Amino acid sequence: MTTLTPENRIDAASRTVPPRGGLNVTLLRIELRRVLRNRRTMIFTLLMPVAFYFAFGNAEYGDDRLGAGNYAAYSVISFALYGAMVATTSAAASVSVERSQGWSRQLRLTPLSGFAYITVKVVAAMVLGLLPVALVYAVGQTGKAEMPGSAWITSAVLVWAGALMFAAFGLFMGYLLPTENAMQVIGPLMAFLAFGGGIFYPYPAMGSTMQHVAQLTPMWGVSMMAHLPLTAEGVQAWQWALNIVVWLTIFVGGAVWRFRRDTRRV
Amino acid sequence: MTTEVSVATGHESGESGSAAAIRLDGVHRSFGSVHAVRGIDLRVEPGEIVAFLGPNGAGKTTTIDMVLGLTRPDAGEVEVFGMAPRRAIERGLVSAVMQTGGLLKDLTVAETVELTGSLFSHSRTVGEVLDRAGIADIAKQRVGTCSGGQQQRLRFAMALMSDPALIILDEPTTGMDVTGRRDFWSAIRADAARGRTVLFATHYLEEADQYADRIVLVRDGEIVADGTAAQIKARSAGRTVRATVPSLDESELRAVPGVQGLELRGESVLVHTTDSDAVARHLLTRTGAHDLEITAHGLEEAFIALTGRDAEGA
Repeated sequence: MTTLTPENRIDAASRTVPPRGGLNVTLLRIELRRVLRNRRTMIFTLLMPVAFYFAFGNAEYGDDRLGAGNYAAYSVISFALYGAMVATTSAAASVSVERSQGWSRQLRLTPLSGFAYITVKVVAAMVLGLLPVALVYAVGQTGKAEMPGSAWITSAVLVWAGALMFAAFGLFMGYLLPTENAMQVIGPLMAFLAFGGGIFYPYPAMGSTMQHVAQLTPMWGVSMMAHLPLTAEGVQAWQWALNIVVWLTIFVGGAVWRFRRDTRRV
Repeated sequence: MTTEVSVATGHESGESGSAAAIRLDGVHRSFGSVHAVRGIDLRVEPGEIVAFLGPNGAGKTTTIDMVLGLTRPDAGEVEVFGMAPRRAIERGLVSAVMQTGGLLKDLTVAETVELTGSLFSHSRTVGEVLDRAGIADIAKQRVGTCSGGQQQRLRFAMALMSDPALIILDEPTTGMDVTGRRDFWSAIRADAARGRTVLFATHYLEEADQYADRIVLVRDGEIVADGTAAQIKARSAGRTVRATVPSLDESELRAVPGVQGLELRGESVLVHTTDSDAVARHLLTRTGAHDLEITAHGLEEAFIALTGRDAEGA
């Protein structure tokens, strides 16, 4: 047996538990770098919203008046919101990759708490969500889009805050789907929801039946809230607020449920 | 062995004091109808290098998972340095090198190690750990492009990051070639010389024989032998003494303590015994025996005898 001297011994009593469940800046920095390195995420969150704006938002009907501005402005908000939602969703849904690669299990051999892990995912999601908002709003300055200065600012903030709800959606899906490419399933689903939620197809332009259906889908509430500084046409505040509360509860509840299941000590 | 344990000055000394690195006390664990671990008692002292040897399905991984706090025992107690496994993990006292998985393909080698280190309140530097694992040259490479052997060294580097007092390796060299395996073990050995406790699960006999101070043999969820490689070889079936003896008095030889069986082939005799010294002494002093040979059973035979299975068997 190896002879041990006091010098080379490891003293168990001198060790401490890290603060904040292991949450730290290095962890956040590396997580962000990972997210930014993902080319597919970058295409869907940055290139697509900008391309959509030029293709649909800045089209000939872009000059048509709507609320305090015009349709082009409506689409700036819409596509920034779409980009931000895809960003937060995919950053959070990366838990599915980590589960399938055994990284989650590896993390259980470290002091990192489940809460700290989720916090990192959400913070990364929010930072990533900022990028499409900044980019689409910058690009929006060049075309036909027109609304009051205050509406530009408040809608941008609401877009970003609203996208947070989809970090919960991403976590829920990431824990639900046992696959390395959860986003391949979620991506098309989100595009579908964006049509329903008045993002790809402006809510004010929908027929009344279509509007009733739209009100039940998860992107609708956030979309109405984000468009509020431009137009509140035909929608009561409690309607979109209720939509947000219900869907947020479902997403957060689902994420917590799946997370507990995943990390339960057997 | 326990007397060497240094006690921290002043605070919490009772916690680590003379605590064993690992203490399992009557541990049981079932999965449905499968009783994977059936009452394991084990004490590993700080600084020991212990091989946990047994055929697949013997309960090695389940036991390791309990030591790491990944699985809870149905009955019995598990302590690591005198505390619950999760508490030891939080303090960076225990780390593990798993067989597969546990890596993110889109990170670089250095990032993986840096990230791991950032989670602990006490950690070594990235450069030092990469050097010790022998992967400093691939620090900037993406994990997904590393070979199996390189990934295994990376897991080892990650395990070193918290400067743990105990490293647990679960079948660490599976899938490595001979050179890779030798290099991996020399890194582990060099590291253990610094005072770390090492517990590794393996079903390779040579690995257990060459690299462990102590072998704990498990079968069907129970410990069937525990000792040095030499002790285990001896315990299983002892040794065989062969000699040429003219006009042998068979009954006298049978009366020698430890003799388990005799085979006579003309003038040559084969004695199976647990005490080869006594048999040799008897033959050389009381008889006209010559050409005396003593053969120890190999670990391979011991393994088969004690586990009732083939070493490589499923």
